[in-house]
Amino acid sequence: MAAKKYSFAVGEKGFLMDNVTTSGQSDVILETQGLTKHYGGVHALESANFKLRKGEHVAIVGDNGAGKSTFVRQITGVEQRTRGDIIFDGQSVNFTGPLEAREAGIETVFQTLALADDLDVPDNIFLGREMTKFDWLGPFRILDYKGMRQATIDGLNRTAVKIPNIRNTIRYMSGGQRQCVSIARTASFHSKLTIMDEPTAALGVQETTQVEAIIKALKQNGEPLILISHNMRQVFDLVDRIVVFRRGRICGNLRREETNPQDVVAYITGAKTGKEYEATAL
Amino acid sequence: MADTSHGTGGLSFDKSKKTWPSELNILLALVIIIVLFEIIGQVAPYMRGQSFLFDTKDRFDSIFNEARLKIIILQVAIIGIIALGVTQVIITAGIDLSSGPLVAATAMIAMSLAQTELVNGFPNPKAVFGTWAMDLPLVIPVAAGLLFGAIIGAINGMFIALFRIPPFIATLGMFLICRGIALWWSGGNPISFPTASYAFIGSGMMPVVWFVLLAIIFQFIMSFTVYGKHTYAIGSNEEAARMSGINVKRHKILVYTIASTLAAFAGVVLSSKAVTAQAGMGEFYELFAIAMAVIGGISLAGGRGSIIGTVLGAMVIGVIRSGFTYIKLDGSYQLIAMGAIIIAAVVLDQWRQKNTASR
Repeated sequence: MAAKKYSFAVGEKGFLMDNVTTSGQSDVILETQGLTKHYGGVHALESANFKLRKGEHVAIVGDNGAGKSTFVRQITGVEQRTRGDIIFDGQSVNFTGPLEAREAGIETVFQTLALADDLDVPDNIFLGREMTKFDWLGPFRILDYKGMRQATIDGLNRTAVKIPNIRNTIRYMSGGQRQCVSIARTASFHSKLTIMDEPTAALGVQETTQVEAIIKALKQNGEPLILISHNMRQVFDLVDRIVVFRRGRICGNLRREETNPQDVVAYITGAKTGKEYEATAL
Repeated sequence: MADTSHGTGGLSFDKSKKTWPSELNILLALVIIIVLFEIIGQVAPYMRGQSFLFDTKDRFDSIFNEARLKIIILQVAIIGIIALGVTQVIITAGIDLSSGPLVAATAMIAMSLAQTELVNGFPNPKAVFGTWAMDLPLVIPVAAGLLFGAIIGAINGMFIALFRIPPFIATLGMFLICRGIALWWSGGNPISFPTASYAFIGSGMMPVVWFVLLAIIFQFIMSFTVYGKHTYAIGSNEEAARMSGINVKRHKILVYTIASTLAAFAGVVLSSKAVTAQAGMGEFYELFAIAMAVIGGISLAGGRGSIIGTVLGAMVIGVIRSGFTYIKLDGSYQLIAMGAIIIAAVVLDQWRQKNTASR
């Protein structure tokens, strides 16, 4: 088994580097061109052209069934697109599964939390990329529990997530705590792109604040983010740009400073459509 | 960090939900069962004040009835070795029914390569192969047996992981195949007269030595290695394990391979202990091995349990077997009692899950 080397980013020096170095090559981290997904006769996503710059936080909003989650599932390799191109970090990519997307540097918090109930917090955060000793033992290499526990505490401290006892199994935690673990895991590793699909949908006020704090920490560290959310206040608090989906198409691309919640709602409901999208709007 | 949780809204943490390890429950049950047998021995008139646990006739140096303690652990040691592997399979939310017949098939294969040429100066009457297969070094029959087990396990794992055959069906098929191989190997004839070195593997208390040694090794592996962590993760949430980048298919194949290799080793030890191999060996071993794991608190839903639990489960079965003989109850009652205990163990497991699945 080839031991993969992941650097645990939070709490390390490398992580504290200055924001977004956009010098050199392109500053676009993710681009989709004509991304389309049909489920049989249902056109869930139609010719989505989307761009995300390095260090940029973008919200994807839209009604239920507008194609937001479908869009994310194509990017993260959970599903295979019908047609179109995905260019990630300067390269055309074709992920056959979520694992490949993750290895390429796309971390996703899915609506269904991918946590193992019977393991504790550090185990979950490091699942699949454990810190180990004696790597020559292959699958029987020894877990570095101490290192993982310390890194978890550092990471949770940095992201302001409070979990009283990280050595308890996830099974005994509240929905909010589970969500925090899930997000802390995503935020803990050096990823090139983080995607969160309704991270606060099931959370209380206090827990939502924590999640938002994590997102702000990502912004400070210059890590790009795609946030799917129904919460207008949250969207305006957190992101630079808002992309509106309606009926499987992008119908608006709005800078936060140039718009307001009422305006965004108008786009969501179809009362307004971005100029550049008028030709294709339904 | 405990104090920082105060006043953080939904993040308060109820410490009472912390469960104590289920192994302690089994240990408690074990103690209760032993005490019950002790009381029956002291109180029941027909027992004439015998003791289950203690040395009342001063036959041994210690205060305990060492002979009984030895028998208790010796009679579960070989099935216990199988149970160590089955435990890992069950933790991945699988099951392995093929281990009993695999014991028989391995015993036949290993014994056929472990025969000695001359028995009391006469040619071995049970010889399977020609003289080329006589008096081979110990490593050959043992390696052949373990390799056979590993192959069977890998096949089990491949059908389960790659072709998504339910573990129950895949290993049920292998159950029949292995019994068939055991019968076919020597045309149904018993194989006997092993070399002295082969006979040593299972002699005296050696099965217990192997059982304890392997239990320690695998307890360590399950608790402190990546293999163990991924085994628990797969049983706990296979989808999450896959999303986390664990190669679930490869890992399952490895788990089934290890389980069957352990069962094969049990076959080697058993044939050595019996100094013979027969195609009918190991009957119901797979079920007793599963029973040990289940009594030991290994959740059939996967993700929970430990090797220590299985060792305690094995001890429960050993104590019940020995205890029923001691209070002079018929074997039929033993089976009834053991069946009841297995069901009780699963009911308890379900009850625990229900009570702890709080959100």
